Amino acid sequence: MTETPVDRPEVASQLSSPTRPMYWSIRREIRENRSIYAAPVVCACITLFGFLISAITLPHRMRAAMADPGKLHSVVAMPYDTTAGLILVTAFLVGVFYCLDALYGERRDRSILFWKSLPVSDRTTVLAKAAVPLVVLPLFSYALILVTQLIILIISTIVLLGSPSQLAALYQNLKFVQLSVALFYAIIAIALWHAPVYCWLLLVSGWAKRATFLWAVMPFLAIGVFTKIAFNSMSFLAFLGHRIGGWFNKAFLVPQKGAPHLDPLMAVTPGTFFSTPSLWLGLIFAALCLAATIRMRRYREPI
Amino acid sequence: MACIEAHGLRKAYGDTIALDSVDLNVDEGRILGIIGPNGAGKSTALHAILGLTPYQGELKVLGRDPWSQRDALMRDVSFIADVAVMPRGMRVSQAIEYVAGVHPRFDRAKAEGFLAKTNIKHTSKVRELSKGMVTQLHLALVMAIDAKLLVLDEPTLGLDILYRKQFYDSLLNDYFDRSRTIVVTTHQVDEIQDVLTDVMFIDQGRIVMECGMEEFESRYVELMVRPENLAAARAFRPMHERQLFGRSILLFDKADRDELVALGELRTPGIADLFVAVMGNHGADQ
Repeated sequence: MTETPVDRPEVASQLSSPTRPMYWSIRREIRENRSIYAAPVVCACITLFGFLISAITLPHRMRAAMADPGKLHSVVAMPYDTTAGLILVTAFLVGVFYCLDALYGERRDRSILFWKSLPVSDRTTVLAKAAVPLVVLPLFSYALILVTQLIILIISTIVLLGSPSQLAALYQNLKFVQLSVALFYAIIAIALWHAPVYCWLLLVSGWAKRATFLWAVMPFLAIGVFTKIAFNSMSFLAFLGHRIGGWFNKAFLVPQKGAPHLDPLMAVTPGTFFSTPSLWLGLIFAALCLAATIRMRRYREPI
Repeated sequence: MACIEAHGLRKAYGDTIALDSVDLNVDEGRILGIIGPNGAGKSTALHAILGLTPYQGELKVLGRDPWSQRDALMRDVSFIADVAVMPRGMRVSQAIEYVAGVHPRFDRAKAEGFLAKTNIKHTSKVRELSKGMVTQLHLALVMAIDAKLLVLDEPTLGLDILYRKQFYDSLLNDYFDRSRTIVVTTHQVDEIQDVLTDVMFIDQGRIVMECGMEEFESRYVELMVRPENLAAARAFRPMHERQLFGRSILLFDKADRDELVALGELRTPGIADLFVAVMGNHGADQ
């Protein structure tokens, strides 16, 4: 087809105003789903509030643990680990529920007809939705964890100012920079490890006409229960657990009980993590789910 | 140049045939109204034209295959597929920003200009607006897109008459420029009679009547017959007869006006009256 020539130059410039469909698609996802940032922030506030209360007894607890290096380390590290853990779990849950609604909600409220009236391809739309749990949430959680931990560190420093020995013990046991680097590595590992989970949820969200959560979870539970009853085998249920929490053992060296605590950067094992077959199988599964989701969105109409 | 060309367009959902070998030709610069009862296949036809649903047969919209070349087509086509499909959580300003961010042919200043004529506030969320206002917002966005084809599927359903009137007025005055093409379906048939250049009746997946509005006005005539002339008028074989205030109104296709005018008062029928006549006859045939 030949384009009709444009005779007015001011119209010509309008015709090709630059667009950024991927950027705007991700931006609208964040605007429409405020839980993406609100839930982790609420979670961070709760941990901060909890730490404020515990800060009253911090000098006392540190004095009691000064003699035992292992105990001292856990007293120092506990709030930082808890903050990171809690925010990461929240981000995971937010990601799960976001994915379940991502392609189901737009069909239920019929807004899919509005989105489809604009020149944004199904591929861009689905990839933008996948980017929320795989890129946006991890990066946001990381920044939030860093800020929260920094605030905790500042409060601890102020509380311990009266006792130079305890302050020294705090900074000896807390390698903040190394911890941040290790955390960034963990964030990447978790995102890659959970990619098949999120992409499966997106697929179900694009396919199911109702009860997305049941459709997403029941097949796996059914297989798990069936294999347990029929063959008394826990292997499928173990596989499900591995799919959720297995990243930790692969990405980090888990210290033996009673062994001295490792420097955070000594514990990372990217070699093991990236040579784990189930990581790559999971990523292939994720890619297949995404391809199917993109294809399916072409056929989808309001429900 | 043809804007929409279809040959043997067919679509079935299981055993239900929604479109039964439809041939369609819409030239550039026309305003076509597609009229039909519920479930006649209007929406299916529009969805096929918009690449929202796969189909059998041949279909070209602006020279492109809408199903396989949908992404490219959507730069030149805009549509309002239903009332109130605007995402409810979005603010008005965000909706403008978003469309400006993704549509290469969206003129933001134009959209702002249209909105300035309404009572819609930029800070309002879509869910806070009345149904009429949501439609105004959607229309403002759509009219600011420099599209070659605009498809409207029941765009004014559930709106009061002021909003409906305003909707078509602004469409004609601020948007239509004789190079664009508009395809519209609606149940409020008579309200758009003056807007259309072409009309098409569709029933059970088939086109049962199509004609230009000029042809419509010259071809169809309604006679409010004086009671004493009823038998004489019936001899001219009206296609439909109805009663209004105790008088018979006869609808003729290609009748001799000079002879009819002696029997009563002549007038151009409404599209709705013709629709009832055509559908009645069509239904009786089966």
